[in-house]
Amino acid sequence: MTEPVLSVKNLSTHFFTRGGVVKAVDGVSFDLARGEIMGLVGESGSGKTVTGFSLIGLVDAPGRIVEGSVKLNGTELTTLSEKAMRTRRGNEISMIFQDPIATLNPMLTIGQQMKLAIDAHERLSPQAAEARSAELLTQVGIPSAKARLRAYPHEFSGGMRQRVAIAIALLHRPAVIVADEPTTALDVSIQAQILFQMRDLARETGTAMIWISHDLAVVSSLASKLAVMYAGRIVEQGPTATLLRDPRHPYTAGLIASLPAMAKPGTPLTQIPGSTPSLLSLPPGCPFAPRCDHADDVCKTAPALTMQGNRGWRCYHPVGQDAGVPA
Amino acid sequence: MLGFIIQRFLQAVVVMAVMSVIVFCGVYAIGNPIDIVIPPEATEDIRAEAIRRLGLDRPLYEQYFIFVGNLLQGDLGRSFVYNIPVLELIGGRLPATLELVLISVVSATVLGVSLGIYAGYRPDSWVSKTIMAVSVLGFSVPSFWVGLILILFFAVHLGWLPAGGRGDTVEIWGVAWSFPTLDGLSHIVLPAANLALFKLAMMIRLARAGTREIMLTDTIKFARAAGLSEATILRRHLLKLISIPIITVFGLELGSTLAFAVVTETIFSWPGVGKLIIDSITVLDRPVMVAYLIIVAFLFVTINFVIDLVFALIDPRVRHGASA
Repeated sequence: MTEPVLSVKNLSTHFFTRGGVVKAVDGVSFDLARGEIMGLVGESGSGKTVTGFSLIGLVDAPGRIVEGSVKLNGTELTTLSEKAMRTRRGNEISMIFQDPIATLNPMLTIGQQMKLAIDAHERLSPQAAEARSAELLTQVGIPSAKARLRAYPHEFSGGMRQRVAIAIALLHRPAVIVADEPTTALDVSIQAQILFQMRDLARETGTAMIWISHDLAVVSSLASKLAVMYAGRIVEQGPTATLLRDPRHPYTAGLIASLPAMAKPGTPLTQIPGSTPSLLSLPPGCPFAPRCDHADDVCKTAPALTMQGNRGWRCYHPVGQDAGVPA
Repeated sequence: MLGFIIQRFLQAVVVMAVMSVIVFCGVYAIGNPIDIVIPPEATEDIRAEAIRRLGLDRPLYEQYFIFVGNLLQGDLGRSFVYNIPVLELIGGRLPATLELVLISVVSATVLGVSLGIYAGYRPDSWVSKTIMAVSVLGFSVPSFWVGLILILFFAVHLGWLPAGGRGDTVEIWGVAWSFPTLDGLSHIVLPAANLALFKLAMMIRLARAGTREIMLTDTIKFARAAGLSEATILRRHLLKLISIPIITVFGLELGSTLAFAVVTETIFSWPGVGKLIIDSITVLDRPVMVAYLIIVAFLFVTINFVIDLVFALIDPRVRHGASA
């Protein structure tokens, strides 16, 4: 096993609001190998996006990382100065967002925006910068890239804009890209195109990716491993195939059961009863307990992480135990 | 782009035509200048002669078309009171107003936008809270009172700056300007500050609101995620994104201040057009009033036209939308 490019240990990001402390991310740990794609799945408000922002050191006030470690290529990021962190952002770790219409500045050309991103980390002549930008645009599948550098964002479709954003994130060949639902706002056909393009790019360049999504179906076609988040914690993680075939945590099982593909045609879709708890008033113990069929008195204390080989879960009553797990 | 310019130009022509009718009828309705221009003891013959000489015996529409005909030849008529061409009269006063207003609006914008961006960028610091308190003050304190206090403090009490007048002037292109001389500049400071205070407050609020809104957008987050420095983000992203409302208000303020700097000009005895129009209204000097209002309308139309062009220049969406 080689050294992971990104190693997150016990990461906790809390928001200190007037209403109390919101534990948006609470003890998250995972490793990411070079070129590996990890899916980070969960409902809205489960802390996926805050996890992403914590990794690149852009948590907005009143939030901050209260404990834990984020190691990128062996460098601890959480204790870096803002200045040192800035030199790594976009350079060694970058992020793309959900809405490509909102991420690009409508008043600057694509070329100008790429030049700004290049200048942030490198001194290149205008010609070299242009050549690099055009090369990246071509790589993400934008035709006649050189001419398109002079175009403004509103002259592109949503899918093309997202490709531009991806090209900007890739400009400096980062070791890790945090992709925060980058295809959610796009047409399904475009979504698939971009998905597989990203997978190929990750493979070619060795860039590792964290693909944040609420859509288990999308992520599972892309990621080699999954982490399922619930109320700020990773409740289950492991290789995608294993998790899908044989989930341990009742929440993961519920997510899989509620996939439309799992339902018999004509029957109602399966749901997980109840809704995500407010992070301000989390029940003590397992946060999923109020919605869980298996919950009993032990669940009133928080379950620790149970590791088994390359997978792990946080549950006292794991499901599917007898489904033939290799010892 | 050319189509856009032509379209705007035609709109401007229509606006000017409508304005001229409204102004002419409005001024006609205010009162009969004869009663003021001619002494009450004048005989009926002199009276009739004066009415005929001033062209006031003709029907309104005839007067209007004569006026428009002359206007198109660059003749705005003669003042009833001063008996010199109106254009000369206003032309002699306009530079004084122009330099005063430009200096105050431009400095209010530059200072207000910088302070506003700071206040929006660091909303919780005490400096920002002080800036916002000053802007509330700038909004709520009446301008004439501020003018008097400025004179009282800086001119009377401290004796640092003159209380009124234009000071030394320099002729450039046959027009007298105060700003190139140190003495003239010292005369401009107080009235310009007086005029600027309200605009400063407004610019601070606009820039702050824009900054707070834009800094939370994904555009800024994405720029940060790409590793851009905060200075670059403010300079290259934020400034452009908050510029549209600021430029709009800049244009409106420039126009309305040029036209209606009356209070400040009166307090500081600044010999600009504001004082001229007030004097003309009291003696019903019709040609001056009409010409003045037409020039004001022309200034507004021109400024708005330029602002539209500036929009198209900085915002590609306007540019492309307009030519489509």
